[in-house]
Amino acid sequence: MIGNTPFVVCMVLVLLGLWALLFRRNLIKVVIGIKIVENGVNLYLVATGYVRGGIVPIYTYAPPDAAMVLPTPQALTLTSIVIGLATTALMLAFVVVIHRHKKTLDGRKVTELSG
Amino acid sequence: MSVVVRTIARILVPVILAFGGYVILHGHLTPGGGFQGGAVAASAVALLLVAFGAPSLKKLKSPLSVLEDLGGIAFVVLAFLGIGTTFFFNLLAGSGGLFGAASPIGPNAGFLSTGGTVPLMNWAVGFKVLGGLGAVMVLFGLFGGDDDR
Amino acid sequence: MRRWTVLAAFVIVAGSLLLGGARMRPFGAPRHDLMDRYFNAWSQTEAATSNVVTAIVFDYRGYDTLGEATVLFTAVIGVALVLRRLKR
Repeated sequence: MIGNTPFVVCMVLVLLGLWALLFRRNLIKVVIGIKIVENGVNLYLVATGYVRGGIVPIYTYAPPDAAMVLPTPQALTLTSIVIGLATTALMLAFVVVIHRHKKTLDGRKVTELSG
Repeated sequence: MSVVVRTIARILVPVILAFGGYVILHGHLTPGGGFQGGAVAASAVALLLVAFGAPSLKKLKSPLSVLEDLGGIAFVVLAFLGIGTTFFFNLLAGSGGLFGAASPIGPNAGFLSTGGTVPLMNWAVGFKVLGGLGAVMVLFGLFGGDDDR
Repeated sequence: MRRWTVLAAFVIVAGSLLLGGARMRPFGAPRHDLMDRYFNAWSQTEAATSNVVTAIVFDYRGYDTLGEATVLFTAVIGVALVLRRLKR
């Protein structure tokens, strides 16, 4: 009996990424924090669809009369993963441009747009 | 990189591409699909990038972009095939033609010729992801530095 | 001062997230699964596909995949635009 441990673990992952997002100065580490938050959310979505004793929702060589986990969270998590990959590429491109212009990766030294 | 890395890369790249093609081709039967197979195939581009360096891959940039455009266009055209009923209607499922066999109900051994437009869309999205990821990686390799020209 | 404000906000968010995860419905017993049971039962008939996840991605929810493909395309264009160097 593991109770709600998977949900709590996903939340811990989200919080670790949030910590890096709030308290790190290096922009590469901020990007890594965003990726950790995203992975925690994806894991949470997949854990939402789990049915006790369920198998993967694929009928090829499936055991007969087995309960299947919910397929919709898995499909939408797939979409979310690819979108996260695209946003990561864009974020890293912006980090490269910031380093090219400012010669630093410290996010607090980039102050042109701060109010 | 050294000659060992380059030789192993030359051997491994066709294997990686074949595995990506397998994952895409069996996307409607086994775990996998267009995104996953495209990402596996794009890792071959990453291996080439590490082994041979970005400048030698400069001529690979526009073919990858064209591949991505073709994949996207093929995806939209396949979606428009079922416009008589609704957008994204699976017109070929159960029609008897290419990939048109009806799937047996319940657990089965998996037949490649089922799925209707789903396997074709798998190929379109697979090429799209391969082209997109490969183009992004080649772009980062070419222009990602601080003072490279 | 600002750092302590951020820390307090982080503690509040952390507490609510952990409490929400611990007090959620039991793991492995989803409540609203009508749509998913329909997909599991009918994907072989309607889409002729044994892999239910692929049937959802490319058949039932094709619009999501179309939007995702658009996002990937936009990301590639954005990376190319941001990283290129103008000839001086």
